[in-house]
Amino acid sequence: MPNPRPKYLNLLEIRMPVPALVSIVHRVTGAALFLLIPLLLYLLQLSLETPQTFAAFKNIVSQPFMKLVLVGLIWAYLHHFCAGIRHLALDLHFGVGLEAARATSWAVLAASIGLTLVFGALIW
Amino acid sequence: MVKREVVGAHYGLRDWLAQRVTAVVMAVYTLMMLAVLLSIPKLDYWHWKSLWELPVMRYSTVLFLLSLYFHAWIGVRNIFMDYIKDPGLRLTLYVITIAALLWYAVWSVQIIWGLNGAAG
Repeated sequence: MPNPRPKYLNLLEIRMPVPALVSIVHRVTGAALFLLIPLLLYLLQLSLETPQTFAAFKNIVSQPFMKLVLVGLIWAYLHHFCAGIRHLALDLHFGVGLEAARATSWAVLAASIGLTLVFGALIW
Repeated sequence: MVKREVVGAHYGLRDWLAQRVTAVVMAVYTLMMLAVLLSIPKLDYWHWKSLWELPVMRYSTVLFLLSLYFHAWIGVRNIFMDYIKDPGLRLTLYVITIAALLWYAVWSVQIIWGLNGAAG
């Protein structure tokens, strides 16, 4: 007899516990960072080639849209960084219990957003 | 005793370890770079350029970038493994990813050592 319980893993419909949220955001930020690699290499190259390309680099990164992209990048990097440190701690069996796992997940979300505000203010 | 067959492609543990070793390398570099960037008094071309001519900057940055590309390969490949069901499409995406990362690696060394006469 088939089991009539509703069963689905639609990420947009299930209620995600906070460690699951941190986990999927870790993956999404990783993918975004991968896609941004060529832009960052291009900017580094501009900044180092000649004084003229350095000026072009400064001009590009001072555009408001580019600053928004960079703030987004900083958040993605910080989230991936903090969630990664949490991952390494879990590998060493720190914070494996349910309560600790939830607390460190909140800490990752809060630290990455808080530091994004700090660094975002520095580059703006 | 049940004799169990070991299955799989045998790269799981190695990649798991590589993902963590590269992560630690990148985390240390990130903190180091953060300290460097926050301690720069003013950012003009010549200060910036001379900073990047320091061997420690060049070697640590290349080490960071190679770690990044290896780390990105494992991560992106895992994403494709999870979501791309069609083997042909998945293989195509692997090839594109590997080609892009190899290109980035060559480009990175070019940027950091400079191939336009100023190598040193």
